Amino acid sequence: MHVHFLDSYRPRASLIHRIDPRIKLVLTVAFILTSTLLPGGAWPIYFLFFALLLSVEIISELGVTFVLKRSSLALPFVLTALPLILTIPGKTLFNLSVGPWIIHASVPGLIRFVSIAIKSWLSVQAAIVLAASTSFPDLLLAIRALHVPQLLVSIFGLMWRYLFVLVDEAARLMRARASRSGLSDLPGARPGGSIPWRARVTGGMAGSLFLRAFERSDRIYMAMVSRGYDGEVRTLPLPAVQPTQWVVLIASLSLLGTFLGIAYLMWG
Amino acid sequence: MHHSIEIKNLNFSYPDGTAALHDVSLSIEPGEKVALVGPNGAGKSTLILHLNGILSGQGFIRVCSLEVVKENLRRVRSCVGLVFQSPEDQLFSPTVFDDVAFGPLYQGLSRDEVLRRVDEALEAVHMREYKKRVSHHLSMGEKKRIAIATVLSMHPEVLVFDEPTGGLDPRARRSLIHLLQELPLTMLASTHDMLLVREIFPHMIILDEGRVVADGPTQTIMNDTALLEAHGLERP
Repeated sequence: MHVHFLDSYRPRASLIHRIDPRIKLVLTVAFILTSTLLPGGAWPIYFLFFALLLSVEIISELGVTFVLKRSSLALPFVLTALPLILTIPGKTLFNLSVGPWIIHASVPGLIRFVSIAIKSWLSVQAAIVLAASTSFPDLLLAIRALHVPQLLVSIFGLMWRYLFVLVDEAARLMRARASRSGLSDLPGARPGGSIPWRARVTGGMAGSLFLRAFERSDRIYMAMVSRGYDGEVRTLPLPAVQPTQWVVLIASLSLLGTFLGIAYLMWG
Repeated sequence: MHHSIEIKNLNFSYPDGTAALHDVSLSIEPGEKVALVGPNGAGKSTLILHLNGILSGQGFIRVCSLEVVKENLRRVRSCVGLVFQSPEDQLFSPTVFDDVAFGPLYQGLSRDEVLRRVDEALEAVHMREYKKRVSHHLSMGEKKRIAIATVLSMHPEVLVFDEPTGGLDPRARRSLIHLLQELPLTMLASTHDMLLVREIFPHMIILDEGRVVADGPTQTIMNDTALLEAHGLERP
């Protein structure tokens, strides 16, 4: 029994999957940065960005519904921008009276809120496409290429490697508990036990999971030391980026830059 | 005479005071395949961890003509390939390639040499096409083979196994046995699998309560039912 659902990577043979992971990471970060920098209310540009993403989603063979479904998970976080409607001054949209106070909802506030909602939704989609079209080891390589400290990269790697092991272990513990949570045929026996008792059992399970993870980390360290680990992280040099990939990078970056420029000229 | 592994009067106690090894002495010759058997808690794993200096007790240990002391540890660890019981602990890298390349990288080898070693080690365990795979998607038998490749890539002189056949189904166990027979290295394996011992290890050592209680040809020891039973073992 292995848990795979946590792994967001979906192997396909698409063009997007074949782009160098380093280029993809830079482009994704650039896309998120540009869409964040877009001025509020630049609706046609938002639409253009959405069209751009949509075409990437189609080319990547991931399926538009797959990406849209995943991106809906991020929507609740947009609610944190909701108070903007009420705090930005401008033309009144409607008034709300709460007891002695009157709250003004403004049109510029609403525009700002909707803009933020759209921009974050676009950013989340870009991140989903990146994670679904790049395997985690490739992503690690890309992060390394961007000169993120080596130790941090290997911590990401170990975390990803053992996340699955830990989830499997937790699933085994819960299965073992479920297998022994039965109903007696003696009359008057109440199944389930008291809440404090159940809390104690759950606490014990969390504790034993922690202990197992702790002991495992010890054994992993021994396995690393046995093969020469000395606290310093060593890796092979990265292969060179192909010329065609540079073209992809430069073309995409200039496209994003142009859109940003147009947005500022017309709505800035 | 040169021995691959030579241990003299080794004593070890854990920090909490539990004595684990008492006056252990043994020697293993180059190319010999030796089984280390004994009940749970006999000190087998503790002894194994001494062979590359992860644990250090009082006494004398020499592997591949190097004394296991602090100054030699790096070379000792290249020479003794330790295959841990759980491949989940041994395979800690994101991909199979990264794991097999780990040892050679730490030996400071060049890029080409590292790539060559990885190919060669995966070839030796017949897993060449698994290079790009992710370890947690592999079966237990596959993980075990990759775990062996991760130490073969260091070009060790001695292979040390903790429970090599633990958790394997009959087919995976059989193919592992073939692999162990094929590899032309000195081997020491701690195991409970008496059939495995009889099949591939001509020399066996019984450890019980931290002491060596028998050391000799497998054939002779396996015929001594009383001795086996006295130490919680069964004749296959």
